[in-house]
Parts: sequence; structure tokens; C-alpha cells
Amino acid sequence: MNFSELFKQSNQLCKVSPDGKYLATCVQYRLVVRDVSTLQILHLYTCLDQVSHMEWSSDSLFILCAMYKRGLIQVWSLEQPDWHCKIDEGSIGLVSSRWSPDGRHILNTTEFHLRVTVWSLCTKAVSYMKYPKACQKGIDFSKDGGYMALAERRDCKDYVSIFVCEDWHLLRNFETETQDLSGLEWSPNGCVLAVWDSCLEYKVLLYSLDGRLLSTYSAYEWSLGVKCVSWSPSSQFLAIGSYDEKVRILNHITWGKIAQFEHPASIDNTKAEGNFVLSVPELPHPDEICAPPIQIPVVKPDPDRANPKIGVSVLAFSSDSRYLASRNDNMATAVWVWDMQKMSLEAVLEQTAAVRCFQWDPRHPRLALCTGNSKLYLWSPRGCVSVQVPAEGGFQVQSLSWHCSGDFLILLGKDQLCLCYMDEHALVQDATL
Amino acid sequence: MGERWTTETSMENNEISRMSHVMMSPSRQSNLELAYSLSTYSVIGAFCTEDNVPQCLLHINQELASLGLPVCIEASSPEGANLNAVPVLNAVYELLQIHRRDMCTLEEMEKEQMKKSSSLDLIQMTNSRLKDQLELSIREKSGLYETERQLQLKLKTLQRCLKGEKDEVQKLQSIIASRASQYSHDAKRKEREAAKLKERLSQLLIDRKDKKLAIDVLNNLGRSDGKRSQWRTTKATASHEGEMYKFLLCDYEESQKSLVLENAELKKVLQQMKKEMMHILSPCQPSSRGATADEELAESDEDEKTRDSSRDTLDQSCEHAREQLTNSIRLQWRKLRNHVEKLDNQASQVLHQMESNKDMIPFETHQDEMERMRHEVQQCKEFIHAQQQLLQQQLSTSFDDETAALLYDCYTLEEKERLKEEWRLFEEQKRNFEKERRNFTEAAIRLGREKQAFEEDRAAWFKNHFLNMTPFTNRRRCSSSDGQSSLSIISEPEIRMSVKAHKAKASTYTTFSTPKSSRSTAAPSTTDLYRTLRLIPDCSSSMHSNQVWQESSTNGDEDIRIKSKSRGLHCSDLDIFALGEDDSLT
Repeated sequence: MNFSELFKQSNQLCKVSPDGKYLATCVQYRLVVRDVSTLQILHLYTCLDQVSHMEWSSDSLFILCAMYKRGLIQVWSLEQPDWHCKIDEGSIGLVSSRWSPDGRHILNTTEFHLRVTVWSLCTKAVSYMKYPKACQKGIDFSKDGGYMALAERRDCKDYVSIFVCEDWHLLRNFETETQDLSGLEWSPNGCVLAVWDSCLEYKVLLYSLDGRLLSTYSAYEWSLGVKCVSWSPSSQFLAIGSYDEKVRILNHITWGKIAQFEHPASIDNTKAEGNFVLSVPELPHPDEICAPPIQIPVVKPDPDRANPKIGVSVLAFSSDSRYLASRNDNMATAVWVWDMQKMSLEAVLEQTAAVRCFQWDPRHPRLALCTGNSKLYLWSPRGCVSVQVPAEGGFQVQSLSWHCSGDFLILLGKDQLCLCYMDEHALVQDATL
Repeated sequence: MGERWTTETSMENNEISRMSHVMMSPSRQSNLELAYSLSTYSVIGAFCTEDNVPQCLLHINQELASLGLPVCIEASSPEGANLNAVPVLNAVYELLQIHRRDMCTLEEMEKEQMKKSSSLDLIQMTNSRLKDQLELSIREKSGLYETERQLQLKLKTLQRCLKGEKDEVQKLQSIIASRASQYSHDAKRKEREAAKLKERLSQLLIDRKDKKLAIDVLNNLGRSDGKRSQWRTTKATASHEGEMYKFLLCDYEESQKSLVLENAELKKVLQQMKKEMMHILSPCQPSSRGATADEELAESDEDEKTRDSSRDTLDQSCEHAREQLTNSIRLQWRKLRNHVEKLDNQASQVLHQMESNKDMIPFETHQDEMERMRHEVQQCKEFIHAQQQLLQQQLSTSFDDETAALLYDCYTLEEKERLKEEWRLFEEQKRNFEKERRNFTEAAIRLGREKQAFEEDRAAWFKNHFLNMTPFTNRRRCSSSDGQSSLSIISEPEIRMSVKAHKAKASTYTTFSTPKSSRSTAAPSTTDLYRTLRLIPDCSSSMHSNQVWQESSTNGDEDIRIKSKSRGLHCSDLDIFALGEDDSLT
């Protein structure tokens, strides 16, 4: 595996364009656009203030830089570096900003979630969406970019509005049966909208595109409920991670539970037949495959605090829907990989420190994870490997993201970034590293 | 006195036990004895008679003395039966006193005894009563123990329930606590937001210098798909609805399709399974015990099968068909299972039999086979041995080298001769081939030339023919008619010959001809014409054709033919009929 040199970045803002050709990084108030293959700087733009959020448009032609403190947005064009666009939200403030799927509209959420302003770069027109809900995930676009779902709250009741992204026409507006809607997500095929309640009540509702309630799922009452929800890329499964340290899988035909994955602190032979990997960097062979029974260190959370660090908070499906990676917050050093074909545990990757970030390769069933030290860990069904990032001065890998082709990874440190190029055969085919 | 006692005893009838009765009887007996003795005294007679007075007196004195009375009774007269009244009376008085005293004491003693017996009765009664009471109290005690044990158990269960309840309460409390903390956290967050709002509101009210929201764009962008944006009309909104429904329907249709496919596959698998199961079950009918039953079932299965197959094509989704399929699968599986169990039993039985029986027949055949093979082996060995011997003989002969070489030679002499002959033939053939090849090439050259000439002739002939057709050429016709007549005359034998030649070898030779007859340049000769038309092989070419035949023949079997042909080679010109001979030879 090859590593590039280190580049500066700030605020962990580093994104590859959707077509995979360019890499945009923010360094303080500058926006640097590089070519992905040569890493040469192609464009350099200067914003008015330190950039809080940066996003590529879907056609990879424009970059949005948002400065929340100033309430400003600046849009840069790659084709015409002279072209500029500045959106000032004025006194109403700015809390979040994003592109629309067609790459010509910008949606700004004002401070206190008073409204969502839709700016059109084609016509300079403005439209407003009232009463947006301030929650974990209140806006979601369908994968093909045709529809947008917005969570609203009016008169202490939750509503969902579905807009047609083409002309922002309100298609449907319906009330949801939630106490306090916490998030919504489209299925990858765009036909079903999953809506879940806050953690005080375990409730997941499934609505069809035309607003009909398809199904309700509630695993238990009273205890803290849903922590995170994830669709499989094939839209066949909906994985729900909850505070009781379990993941429940619903199927798309009956919307009933077909499997339940538990995260016990001690794993024995009867429960799983997978490989268990222990990563201890000090050993000469850092990746050890241990046989069960295995004990995983558990950190008990403080019971008096809100949002306790317990339960499954991160779920990620591999691109072929074959594997599901999960992390239980009170066993933060372990990442659990489940096989969706056999509906059983495939592997447990235990690290020496808490896992900070993990992500699946968009092409192959390969998982990259980092724990905040200077190593990068890769796992695939054929084996796993850990690589030391060669950098002077110690580069702590705090987060990572894959390139859309699966050829390289972007590793982000505190204020630096590094690219890691995969070997052709690294864990994809039968090869040892 | 006896009567008195009996009455006394009858008074105490309620509380008197048998024992008191028994106890009473000895005293009664004594009383009876006394009464009896008193009565008998008067009846039996006297102790003292007139005769034994002094003896009696003595006796009585003795008795009195033994009793302690100092009285001494004396006789008044030595011979008479008279006594001194005073001592006698004293004695009697004393005796009476004694008697009275005794009676008193007896009474008292009897009284005492009665008292004692009654008290004994009482005690016995109380004893029995107490024993009863004791038994009752023991029973009560055991009953109480039992109840105590049950109560202990109940207590334990209740304690457990209590513990469970406590745990649940604790759990609920913890839930409540977490919810409360969550609520408080949310509430605090909302409060903070409200505070911020208030602050901002106040700020805005104070500031009053609103920064207008505005967008500053260098130039408008085109739409990403290049099209122009449209007005928002009701038609557009309706079309959105339609599109949405279309999208949904497409998705549903896709999923339905995949489900139908899956269904069909599974049904196919089930059908397959059913068929295989039926197949497995059906051949075993004659051998199995319940043959008739199986047959019936098999028949019904066959019916079912045909029915099912016919139905399948019609309504796959019919629930009835589905149910029938699943039921029939279940039925078949049950039969198969039973069958397998039966087979298992049979197999175990057979195994058992085999272990005890030691089958004779297979062993015998095995033995026969072994014998046969041994015999074969023996034969082969002998054969090899003989061969070896002969070989040895050959090799280790005592002849000298020359004769040995000669002997060796004679075996191969015949072969050598044959080989030499063949070599010679081969050399001859080779030579012939060379000659023929040379001739062939020459002929080819000649053919080329002749072809050319023929072409010219043909052209001339056509010209002539054409000209003959015209009314101008009278002269030419005469000459050509001659040619034609000659053609007709000669044609017959030629044709015959050609037929023969065809019989011999209908081959297409590239004809080459040595001009046998002189040709007139004016008109082509008939033979030439026929030759060129390939109706006859050329006469001279027959030689070459022989050569060609020789060339084509490669086998040694045709040596004979070659010899005859070589004969033919040496004659330069062949007559037509000689050719026929040759043909007949071949």
C-alpha cells in the first residue's frame, strides 16, 4: 500500500467529487481543489470566513462553502473559476446548508430551525419550507434525487412533507404516529420512507412514497429505544440499532423482524462460528485470530446522564448487502461484522483503543477502520491487515473515507490528511500482504 | 354380709371395671367359705362328742393358749361332760371379743380394699383418658408441623416474589431515572434554545438594522439537465402524482415479479421432490410387505400427479392447488420416512442374519473363481516356462558361431528374399513413376500448345459455322458437309469405343493428344472435336493414361497390373481394339 504525503486541512473538511476526479480540501478560509490522480492543485478559492461545511454538487461542477457564524454561503465553479455566488442569510442565521440533488438549488436551514430556505441558482428565486423539525436527521433526499422528505413539527405534532425535487412541488403531507420524530431515511429504491421516534420510545414507522403507512415496528416499551437505523443497499433489509445493545433486521416483504443480533460481552462457541480478530500493535504479528470463548471489555455508562454510551450507534452495510458492521457503544473497541446471508456473526474486530470511524469500500466487501492511532486497519472475509501510516511527526488517523472507485482511502487527522492507495489485490483476491 | 357386699358391688356398677369385680370375688369367696363352714358345722356334727371331751378340752385349751388367752377351761368333773362355766364363758366371751374385733378389722380392711379398688379404677380411668388425650395431642402436633412447613414454603415463595418485584421496581426506577434525565436534558436544551431566541429577539428589536437576506450571483446557471424550467401548473402537479404512482407501481411490479419467480422455483423444487419421492417409493412395491396398500397409494399418487400437472398449467396461484401440493408433499414425505424406517429394520435384520448365517453360496462361487484363476495362472506359468526354455535353447546353443549364424540366417532368408524382391519392384516402380512424370510434364506442355491451337481452331470453326449459316457460303458448306459425313461415319465406332473407354475408367483426364491424323486447318477433325469435347480419351493418351493409372495405383497389389501395363508401355502405338483389350484386362 502506498501513502501520499501529508496535506493540510482544517475542520475535517475533505471531500472527493462525486465523479471521483477531484479532491476538495478546506484549509482555514481557503478552498483547495486537487486532481485526484496527480494531487496537483487545480484551483484555489478564498472564502470570506473559516469554512464550517463544504459540499460538492452532484454533477461535480460546483462546490458549496458554508460559514455558519457569518450566515454566508459561497459557491465556486470548477469550469469557470471566475464565476462566484454568495448567499447571505442575513440576520436570520444559518445552521446547516446542503445542495439539492440536481445541483442547482441550495437548502439552508436557519437558526432555531425557523424555516428552510431554498435558493435557486438558475432563477435566483427563493422558496420557504415552514416548521422544519430540529432533530437528528430531518431532511433526506431519495437516492435518485427525485423526492425529498422533510420532518416538520406543528402544534406539538410531527408531520412529514414529501417534495418533488424538480420544482419543489409539495406532493404529500401527512402526520406521523410518533411522539417525537427523530429521523427519517429513504430506502435506496426510493419507495419506502423509514421514520423513527426519539429514544424515549422504540418505534419505527414505514411509509410508502404516497404517504400510506405500510407498517409499524416496536420491539419493546419503556426502555430507551432506537439509536440508529440503516437500509441495506438492495433495500431488502432495514437494520435498527437500539439502546438494548441489539440490532434487529426487518425484511422488506412483510416488514417483520427476521433476525436479531446481540452483542454479548463474552462470546462462546455456541453463538458464533466466525473468526475473531484481536489487534495488538505491539506484537510482531499484530492481527491475531483467536478462537472463542472471548471476553470483550465493557465500559459501563453513567446511568444518570442523558444519551448514555450504551447501545448500537453505528450500522453500516457493505455495498453488496452481504455484510453488516455494527458498533456497540459500551464496547467501543470492538466492531462486529455480521453475515447477512447466514444471519450470523462473521467476525469481531477488537482493537486496543476505541474505534473512531469505519467505512465499507464502495466496490468490494472490505472494511476500513481507525482508532485514533497512526494505524489503518482493513478487514475483508479473506483476512485482515493493519498498516502503519508512514508520516513524520506521528499522524493520528481520526476519520477516513473511501474514494468511490474503492482504489484509495482518504485518512484525516487532526489538521492533516493523507491518501492511502490500495494494492490491486489487497484483501480483494486471494493474496497475503 | 355376703348379700350386703353384693348389693354394694351392684351400686358401683357404672364405674366398676372388670378388675374390681375380680378383686371382690376372693373376699366374697372367703365369706362364702365362712358361711359354708358355719352351716356345715351344724350339719356335719360335733367336733366334740361325749367320748372325746377331755381331748377336745385340751385342744381347745391349746388353741386358746395359742390365741393368747390365759383362760383355761377345766372340766367340772373328771368324768362328766360338764365344764366349769366361768372359764368357759370367759373363753367364749374372749373369743367373741376376738371375733368381733376381727370382724371389725375385716370390715375395715374390706372398706379399705374397696376404697383402694375404687381409687385404682379412677386412676385407670384417668390413665386411659390421659392416653387418649396424649394421642390426640400428638396428632395435633403433627398436623401443626405440616401446616408450619407449608407456611414456610409459602413464605419462601412470597419472599422470592418480593425479591422479583423489588428487582422490577428497581429496573423501572432506573428506566424512570434515565427517562427523567433524558427529559431534563431535552428540557434544558429547549430552555437554552428559548433563551437564545429571546436574546436574539431582543437583539433584533434593539438593532432594527436588518441585514436583508440576499443572493449575489455573477450569472444565472442553466439547469443541470439542460432543459428550460416550466411553469408550475395543475397539469404539472397532476403529472407529478402520476409519475410518483408509476414509480411506486414499477417497484411493486418488480418485487412481485421476483416473488413470483421465487415462488415458481420453489414450487418446481417441491414438484421435483414429490416426483423423486414417488419414484423412490414406487419400485419397492412388490418387495414390501404392505404391497397392496402401497399400490393403492401409488395409484392415487399417479392420479394426483396427472391432476396436479394438468392443474399446474392452469392456475398456479390457486390456493387450492398450493394446499394440495403441500399436502401431497407431506404425504409423500411421511411414506418415504416410513419406507426408510422399514428398510432400516430390514437391513438390520439382514445384517443380523448374515452375521449368524455365514452364507454358503457366495463363498462357494468365490472358491470356484479362485480355483479357475489359479488354474489359469498355472497354465500361464507353464507357457512362460516353455517359452523361456526355448529361448534359452536358442541362446545357449552349443553350435559354433558360423553354423549359429547360418541357422540364424536361414530363419530370415525367406524374409530377406522377399524384401529384396520388393525393393526391386519398388525401384522399378520408382523409375516408371519418373518416366511417367516426365512424359506427363511433356504432355502438359503439349496440351497447352494444343489447347491454344484448339482455341484457334474453334474460333475458326465457329467462324466457319457462322459463315455457313449465312447464305453466302456455299463452298464452305460442301467441305463441311464432307466433314460432317465423315463425322457420321466414324462416329459410330468411336462412340462404341468411347463407351468401352467409359466402362473401363470414367475419368476425366486432362486430355492431351498427339496429333495422330493430320488435321486440316480449315475445319477441325471429328476426332479432335470429340477429344476436345472429352467424349473419348486420346488413343495415344491411352498410353499415358496407363501411365496415369500406374501413377494413381500405389498398392503393391497392383504389381500385376503394373507388369501388364509395362507390357503396354513398350508398344508405341496402340490400336483402338488393343486398347479395348487393355481395358478388358483392367
